[in-house]
Amino acid sequence: MSPSVRLQEMIRVIRGARTQGEERGVIQRECAAIRAQFRQADNGTRSHNLAKLLYVHMLGYPAHFGQMECVRLIASPRYNEKRVGYLGAMMLLDEKQDASLLITNSIKNDLSHNSQYVQSLALCTLACMGSAEMCRDLAPEIDRLLRASNSYIKKKAALCAVHIVRKVPDLGELFTPAARSLLCEKNHGVLHGAVVLITELCERNPDTLEQFRKVVPELVQIMKGLVMSGYSPEHNVAGISDPFLQVRILRLLRILGRNNDTASDAMNDLLAQVATNTDSSKTAGSAVLYETVLTVMDIKSESGLRVLAVNILGRFLLNNDRNIRYISMTSLQKIVQTDHNAVQRHRGTIVDCLKDQDASVKRRALELSLALVSAVNIRSLMKELLLFLSSCPPELRAHTTSGIFNAAERYAPSQRWHIDTILHVLTTAGGDVRDETVPNLIQLITTATELHCYTVHKLYRALITDISVQSLVQVACWCIGEYGDLLLRGECEETEPVQVTEDDVLDALETVLQSHMSSPATRGFALTATMKLSTRITHNVDRIRSIVSIYGSCIDVELQQRAVEYNALFKKYDHMRAAVLERMPVIDKSSPGHTNGESAGGIKELEQTKLTQEVVLPKDPGNQVCDLLDLLGGSGEPVPSSGLSHTVPGPATSTSGGDLLDLLGGLDVSPAPPSVKVYEKNGVTLKLQTDSQTDTGMTITLTATNSTDGDITSLTLQAAVPKSVQLQMKAPSGDVIPARGLGLVTQTVLLNNPNKVSLKMRVRVCYSSQGAVCQDTVQIDSFPSPAW
Amino acid sequence: MMRFLLLFSRQGKLRLQKWFTPIPEREKKKIVRDMTTMVLARKPRSCNFLHWKDLKIVYKRYASLYFCCGLDAEENELIALEMLHRYVELLDKYFGNVCELDIIFNFEKAYFILDEFLLGGEIQETSKQVVSRAIEASDMLQEVRCCPVGTDLRSVFPSS
Repeated sequence: MSPSVRLQEMIRVIRGARTQGEERGVIQRECAAIRAQFRQADNGTRSHNLAKLLYVHMLGYPAHFGQMECVRLIASPRYNEKRVGYLGAMMLLDEKQDASLLITNSIKNDLSHNSQYVQSLALCTLACMGSAEMCRDLAPEIDRLLRASNSYIKKKAALCAVHIVRKVPDLGELFTPAARSLLCEKNHGVLHGAVVLITELCERNPDTLEQFRKVVPELVQIMKGLVMSGYSPEHNVAGISDPFLQVRILRLLRILGRNNDTASDAMNDLLAQVATNTDSSKTAGSAVLYETVLTVMDIKSESGLRVLAVNILGRFLLNNDRNIRYISMTSLQKIVQTDHNAVQRHRGTIVDCLKDQDASVKRRALELSLALVSAVNIRSLMKELLLFLSSCPPELRAHTTSGIFNAAERYAPSQRWHIDTILHVLTTAGGDVRDETVPNLIQLITTATELHCYTVHKLYRALITDISVQSLVQVACWCIGEYGDLLLRGECEETEPVQVTEDDVLDALETVLQSHMSSPATRGFALTATMKLSTRITHNVDRIRSIVSIYGSCIDVELQQRAVEYNALFKKYDHMRAAVLERMPVIDKSSPGHTNGESAGGIKELEQTKLTQEVVLPKDPGNQVCDLLDLLGGSGEPVPSSGLSHTVPGPATSTSGGDLLDLLGGLDVSPAPPSVKVYEKNGVTLKLQTDSQTDTGMTITLTATNSTDGDITSLTLQAAVPKSVQLQMKAPSGDVIPARGLGLVTQTVLLNNPNKVSLKMRVRVCYSSQGAVCQDTVQIDSFPSPAW
Repeated sequence: MMRFLLLFSRQGKLRLQKWFTPIPEREKKKIVRDMTTMVLARKPRSCNFLHWKDLKIVYKRYASLYFCCGLDAEENELIALEMLHRYVELLDKYFGNVCELDIIFNFEKAYFILDEFLLGGEIQETSKQVVSRAIEASDMLQEVRCCPVGTDLRSVFPSS
């Protein structure tokens, strides 16, 4: 009796279980039995018990208690036990389990086993679940097997080496020489393994890639042999000789030829040959052609070859097989940026694929169509896209609408077309558009001034047809509110005008207001539009008044607030109503957060600032008195300005130090900053100098000097200016003026005069001199001109 | 490389799972659930290729079984279809008119055949005959009960 019947018996029993609970019961019993068996000594049934456990594991039940059994079985001398043990290791152990380390030694031993089938088991397991540790340990063994074994083992060793390189990239160098020599093998399995190994090595190490470029001619030869060879029964698939190997070689050639002219040249002929001679009626041939196309597009191929490749993709687009259409479109998507014109030639077929039944194909076709939009084909392509939108699957709608909007924005041939397109999208798929669509559309409408009449007519018609699409309703309400007068006029150049009365229009808006389908935001739009109409219609203002007052007690707070404000506009501010509700200016797209209305169209240009060299003096200072802010208390009269210099400071009055700076000699303009003495008393002198001046302000510096024999201490300066002028005093350089002119104190004052009143300043000076506190006020009516 | 290969029935029952990268048990279960849901939801005449996370999924239905594999992004989907087909052909040759029940009751054989065809997520042998011969030889080896350690089996069963 073959013990495996017991396994099959168990499977039969499990499958016979009618409920989940029954199945669980059976499995629990079996697992208990298996556990008991594992604990016993070797009785020849271990492998079958493990097999049973593996079946249970596949059903999703826990089987971790079998891990040690796997380790034991792997170490067994019997082949059947080893086989199941290794299978168990691959299913139950992975590099994260501790038990996996225990099999390293067994694998090592089995790699040198006499039987190639045992070696094969070890190689297979190592390649499936070998950890980095195990790989490092066993790499030399693998290298040995790569060189000195039969082809059965060599091919497995090659793929095992691939796994090792993936786990421990540094070990790549170890395998490079062996990989090179493997290319001379005739056995397809070994060749395939060698090509995979070389591909992996080249992808990870640029130096190795450089090395292997030299084998391009050899690879070309091998490929040629495959393509040109007659029917070989052993490797033939649908007329193609070993398509698996061909595809791998083509992929390796792609990596070697990338960014390298010599290598690319060497493979040009071959690629052309493969492209023309491969029969693509079956999948195998198409797979080879597909890989060829990918290689041609990726290397530095000649333009003729590239055109051939794109044409192959174009042919694929017409293929009956859906898979081939799909991959053709994915490839075209990759190259649409670089070879745009070539792909454009196939636009018709791509657009037809929008009508395909398959969702994946549709998606690809949509992506590609959007990438192919250009100024030349925008009209026809948009027609197709809009047609697609009306029948496209729901998961693609949002993507389609945003794609359409982007394309329309970039390539719209006219504003009317742009508006029509957006309206069409809103009517078809208004629920799937982005939030910014409504403000963007409104902004677009305001800029298209000649089309206001047309737009409002279209939107009115859309509104009376259907009020369920919120975005469309919002834009329609806004337009009717804004351009309702154009609608009521009953004439329009661009489209058939509607004959509506004011009541009809108000009916439409009220329907929106009252409908349960309208969102709160939409109702807000409708209410505001109704209000705006009060200045654009003539007869039904009372109706509007009553609508607005009803909503003054609406439960929605936003609507209520609006209604109350509009009510107030009717009642108390009726004189302002027309101005408030007048036509909006064109909204500037770049202004952040389009605020309604107040952004007065365009910023006024700043007037040319003229640098005035002279301050025009008032002829009679007395008139200016009432402007001065009396900060300093006391007298409201201006301090008599006899002590001050009144004259217009010109170049002639430049003071000391100016000549030294007269670098420009001979010019009229004095280079020296003129400074004016504004106060002189008790040995303390205060001078004023203008540092810079614009027509809305100036910067001056006050300088205090001391000619007495004693220091002046606690110096403070205060200043007052007329009401509309702003004053800022910087920190003084100090508050002590050394005696006998040995030092000075300076303080900078900034004056801002936006209303350009005549500048005057009152300065109060306080200081202590020789023990006595002194305080004085001076008035400055004129300021010297600045240094330049 | 191929990341995983799954075989499941029309009711979503798993018949074979082969993982070529180390993945925690929990995540394996999630992937199986995702694959079965995605593939079983596909309409009959759809394209055989899907996108899932960063992998390409290629699947094909053979009678009552779905063969589903997950590939790296740079793999050739059409050749993957051919790979799945080759595996089915090998099973068919071995079992003779293979059906789902054969794979259920002899799942370990299905694994052994797979291990002669793919290794580490890559194809190891492109010839059908070589693979079939290797399986036959291994089976015969299994029948030989007491082989002492060190017997040169190559003298008994020559390598293909």
